[in-house]
Amino acid sequence: MKSRKTTILIVSLLAGAFVISAFPLVVLKQSDFSGADSKAEQAILETDKTFKRWAEPLWTPPGPETETLLFTLQGAVGAGVVCYILGYLHGRSKKERGENDPD
Amino acid sequence: MFPAQKKMINAAFIVSLILLPYPLFSMHIMEGFLPPGWCIFWFTTSAPFILFGVISIKDRLKQSPKLKILLGLAGAYTFVLSSLKIPSLTGSSSHPTGVGLGAVLFGVGPMVVMGMIVLIFQALLLAHGGITTLGANIFSMAIVGPVVSWAVFIVLKKVRLSLELSAFLGIFLGSLATYFVTAIQLAMAFPDEHGGVMVSLIKFSGIFAVTQIPLSVSEGLLSVVIITLLKKYSREELSLLKVL
Repeated sequence: MKSRKTTILIVSLLAGAFVISAFPLVVLKQSDFSGADSKAEQAILETDKTFKRWAEPLWTPPGPETETLLFTLQGAVGAGVVCYILGYLHGRSKKERGENDPD
Repeated sequence: MFPAQKKMINAAFIVSLILLPYPLFSMHIMEGFLPPGWCIFWFTTSAPFILFGVISIKDRLKQSPKLKILLGLAGAYTFVLSSLKIPSLTGSSSHPTGVGLGAVLFGVGPMVVMGMIVLIFQALLLAHGGITTLGANIFSMAIVGPVVSWAVFIVLKKVRLSLELSAFLGIFLGSLATYFVTAIQLAMAFPDEHGGVMVSLIKFSGIFAVTQIPLSVSEGLLSVVIITLLKKYSREELSLLKVL
């Protein structure tokens, strides 16, 4: 019973996050949802016309594909570790429970 | 200044926070975009926290080596969340930081280090954020964010709100705080010629409220998913952390 409640809670939390993130995609049809770094650059130069960017990134991904690859890699490695640990904890708690009361 | 005038300026400030058309930065300050003096200032400000973070991780793991696995989870979670560029109602994308979960579980120290690792990774490999701006970005994402998350969480738990709700609100507010601090950092470095820091702050925070509230809500919800699972499968570690 309690386990079912947990499942419902988790599913609704995930659904909530999904709806919130997907909402702008449905509402704003014209946007490409790009990052806003260049806008910051503009704003800074508008505020202080004498300011010059004084350092460049040591290395920049050659194009959007490589950047996507690296971002995906970052997420995938992270998700792999998160799920491995959750799986480990799940298995461990199952084993402990099994030893205490066989059901 | 008359009180009525003051009120109007305050009102104008709040309205412009909501109405400005776009956020002017995506999460981190870009490479080379803070004047050198400010870079040094933020590095110096962040340095003691980094030291404190390293020491607190060592202490924690020495005290209870069992917590290593949850620390790994918190770090990996930060990696996942900061790779997710989520679309916002302002027509641009931004990513959450993911440090809130770890802050709620472990307190501030360990997350300073975790946040710093993610920032270095993104600065070196993704040209996102930067090495010169690392100190400032550490301060907003890896120090102020976790401090707010942790403090809100502790207070709400004290007044007997549920674990899940306290965590959600802590993580939500911590995420907002990170954004706001970034805007303040830019405003302090680039005060408006006529209006000073406040006018700049309005400009740099842009539509920060509208952009960041949904994003922060999502981060809060996802983090509560992990906490719910931990509550079920990892009670022992949560009690060690005095979260349960």
